[in-house]
Amino acid sequence: MSDYLLEMKNITKTFPGVKALDNVNLNVRKGTVHALMGENGAGKSTLMKCLFGIYEPDGGEIFLEGKKAEIHSARQAMDKGIAMVHQELHPIRFRSVMENVYLGRFPGHMGVVDHKAMYEKTKALFDDLELDVDPLALAGEQSAAILQMMEIARAVDMKAKIIILDEPTSSLSDREVDHLFKIINRLRAQGVAFVYISHKMKEILEISDEITVMRDGTYVGTWPVTDEKGEKLTIDFIIKQMVGREMTNQFPPREGKPSDEIVLKVENVCSPLRKSFQNVSFELHRQEILGIGGLVGAQRTEFVEALFGLRGIASGEILLNGANYAAKSPGFAKSRGLALLTEERRATGIFGILPILENTVIANQKNYAHLGILNDRKRAVDADAECKKLNVKTPSLNTLIQNLSGGNQQKVLIARWLLTNSDILILDEPTRGIDVGAKYEIYNIMLEQIAQGKSIIMISSEMPELMGMSDRIMVMCEGRVTGFLNKGEYSQEKIMALATQFAGRKDNTAA
Amino acid sequence: MAEIKTSRSKRLFTTGGIAFLILGIALYFLKAPMGLNRKIYDLPVFLIIIGICFALKGFMAKDKTEEEASLAGKTFTEFLTNNAILLAMLVLVIVICILQPRFMQIRVALDILTQSSTKLIMALGICFTLLIAGTDLSAGRMVGLAAVISASMMQTATYANRFFPDLPQVAVWMPIIIAILACMVFGALNGFLVAKYDMHPFIATLAVQVIIYGACSLYFDMPPNNSQPIGGIRPDFAQLGQMRLLSGIYQGFPGISILIPIAVVICVIIWFILNKTVFGKNVYAIGGNREAAVVAGINVFKNIMGIFILASCLYGIAGVLEAARTAGATNNYGNGYELDAIAACVVGGVSLNGGIGKVGGIIMGVLIFTIIQYGLQFINVSPMWQQVIKGVIIAVAVAIDLTKYRRK
Repeated sequence: MSDYLLEMKNITKTFPGVKALDNVNLNVRKGTVHALMGENGAGKSTLMKCLFGIYEPDGGEIFLEGKKAEIHSARQAMDKGIAMVHQELHPIRFRSVMENVYLGRFPGHMGVVDHKAMYEKTKALFDDLELDVDPLALAGEQSAAILQMMEIARAVDMKAKIIILDEPTSSLSDREVDHLFKIINRLRAQGVAFVYISHKMKEILEISDEITVMRDGTYVGTWPVTDEKGEKLTIDFIIKQMVGREMTNQFPPREGKPSDEIVLKVENVCSPLRKSFQNVSFELHRQEILGIGGLVGAQRTEFVEALFGLRGIASGEILLNGANYAAKSPGFAKSRGLALLTEERRATGIFGILPILENTVIANQKNYAHLGILNDRKRAVDADAECKKLNVKTPSLNTLIQNLSGGNQQKVLIARWLLTNSDILILDEPTRGIDVGAKYEIYNIMLEQIAQGKSIIMISSEMPELMGMSDRIMVMCEGRVTGFLNKGEYSQEKIMALATQFAGRKDNTAA
Repeated sequence: MAEIKTSRSKRLFTTGGIAFLILGIALYFLKAPMGLNRKIYDLPVFLIIIGICFALKGFMAKDKTEEEASLAGKTFTEFLTNNAILLAMLVLVIVICILQPRFMQIRVALDILTQSSTKLIMALGICFTLLIAGTDLSAGRMVGLAAVISASMMQTATYANRFFPDLPQVAVWMPIIIAILACMVFGALNGFLVAKYDMHPFIATLAVQVIIYGACSLYFDMPPNNSQPIGGIRPDFAQLGQMRLLSGIYQGFPGISILIPIAVVICVIIWFILNKTVFGKNVYAIGGNREAAVVAGINVFKNIMGIFILASCLYGIAGVLEAARTAGATNNYGNGYELDAIAACVVGGVSLNGGIGKVGGIIMGVLIFTIIQYGLQFINVSPMWQQVIKGVIIAVAVAIDLTKYRRK
């Protein structure tokens, strides 16, 4: 009766404090890529978790190939041919890559695992996906990009009929995205359907066949990417559907210029690890946004973590406001006016089981304490003001932060660091996995801080963001600084050229 | 946003409390004329106390906005799971009261509170280590250490078998401080192993537990004592654990053991530390997400050291009180107490995964255990069955409690 592989009808789901889904529909055809779009908190991930059996919807029905399907666990979903590649990856860190790929379905007989078969199958699978990873390597030692590909490999191997990709490219470099699309196209030709969640418009228009848009937990509509007349949807149209209003500028206008005063001078800083950052030198001016570009694995995160005292530095000199600065610990870095918004929100950012209030003030407790005793009223007032300023959407400050959407969690984390009133803000992928509207708000906050005399170091893997926000861009490759670009001479090609200056190796394509 | 109005639970508590109060007062005056003295004992007094507590809770409860109120446990089953442990205790008490009405006496209630006091102090110490997703297996042995050290210096001058035959009459506070400090040294060792070498607290405290027992036994075996139980405790020290306040204000009133106010004071202090100080918030943060705590600039090393030292200080206090209460000590004092304390914490809602736990819950957990033990003895259940029942209650209570956190 229907040509849909998957139909989700009137799905409704309520959490304590949040109505996450309100009568949402999603219909996916066989052999298509169906993009699911919406701002953060629109309910995309929740809808997918309902499909995957992680959440139990309060209302609505799911049909697979026209038949009503009951899905109560991830296991059942997988048995029915649904595979999901999560946005935040949680591999079993101390087990090998191949064990992670075959977790829960180890090859073997009568409970005895056949490691040789598992190794060969994984190897074949990786070869097929052109992935150069040793199946015996520990999962915990792999980069986010490789872990993502590992998950995709797992879904491919399970011969899934529907593969859900939740922000699959958020930690992939352009090269890896091309790689991923090649695999998606191949599987699509074989009849596999994809539900593709992403905020990256160009990507969506390139890869998907149909688009469903959600807003604030409700269903907005579904459109084919190319209509009967062969006309493509425009980015503006999609953004308008997502935010419910017109968005003309992606970036707020930058007023003023960086001053000549140098706040941070880094000279020949090297990591004790040979493969990590080496000989990094740069100057950061007051009221400057210094962008750091590069591919995944360029050691940018490692470098800023060392700057913040989370990692060791073997040699080199750092001058902070002209004085010697040796970051011993994050606490020390904080006391010298540095702040670090980390890349991995869930792993190193939020305290999931604590309320928003605690999450907001945690880095600034000393300012609310007298002899170690806290002033609750002052904490609440500050947290409330900061969260309101950053437009955090929540029923109350006592809501657990794990109940918020990713974008709102990120805003809380930014609020946390703004409260410390730090001079130098280090933002590692500040808008990763965040919707257009929230992104614009975060850009505004950044400019506001600059206007107040602060300086910002921003790592970003999104070229438009890097070029749109930075006053200067430093590009890294394999731990080395390969060049600087000044405003006015930016182009994707130039950044890419610098980011791929691999030392002494011409054949290597993996980042 | 939402309009503020008196919540239903508040009205429920207020009216319920007043009803209990009136019933209690009525029974109080009617029980003698109706000849119920030997049937309900002190039940009216309990009803009055419960009534006052409920009414106070009702009056003090904050007015919630309608939105919040509608989100906070709206259905009956939710109410049941949220208060499962309290309700289980209530059912148990009612069953015991029906089987043995003599249970409804103020004397019994005071006995239960007294017995809970030292256990509670220990549980409050151990909860800190549980809050950072750790544990502390050395707690029981620290109790023994503190008991032996304090008792060894607190013997009467005329006692034949003195630990230190030539020790002059020292001030009471001195041995207490020495005993607690000794515990804190080992607590610091626990903290150092965990914080510096990132050792799992289970194994670090297991090692320290063995060291403490050995050290304590060596001390206990020093000539002229040679491992004999320490006795002849000075009465001024024993008073610390045995004194009864307000005894005899009316006929038959047994008095309130000094241990109860001591435990109450410590509860208040720990509640304050956990909820109102930077240290307390850091404990929850480290338990909630250690990596994020590091990034937020929290000095994890210092805080973990602080946690284990504070915990050992509480075990030391418990040990000193135990020695005073029993007027004696051996090196086997406190053996296995840590497991009871951990079980009480967990039954009281402290998560072994760290980051979740409240002082109120821990008090509840400890009380439940003492009531089970005391009550089952009261109705003559065999000690073997007592063990079985205790185990079942741990499993069931925790299972019900955990359903709260499961989100489906």
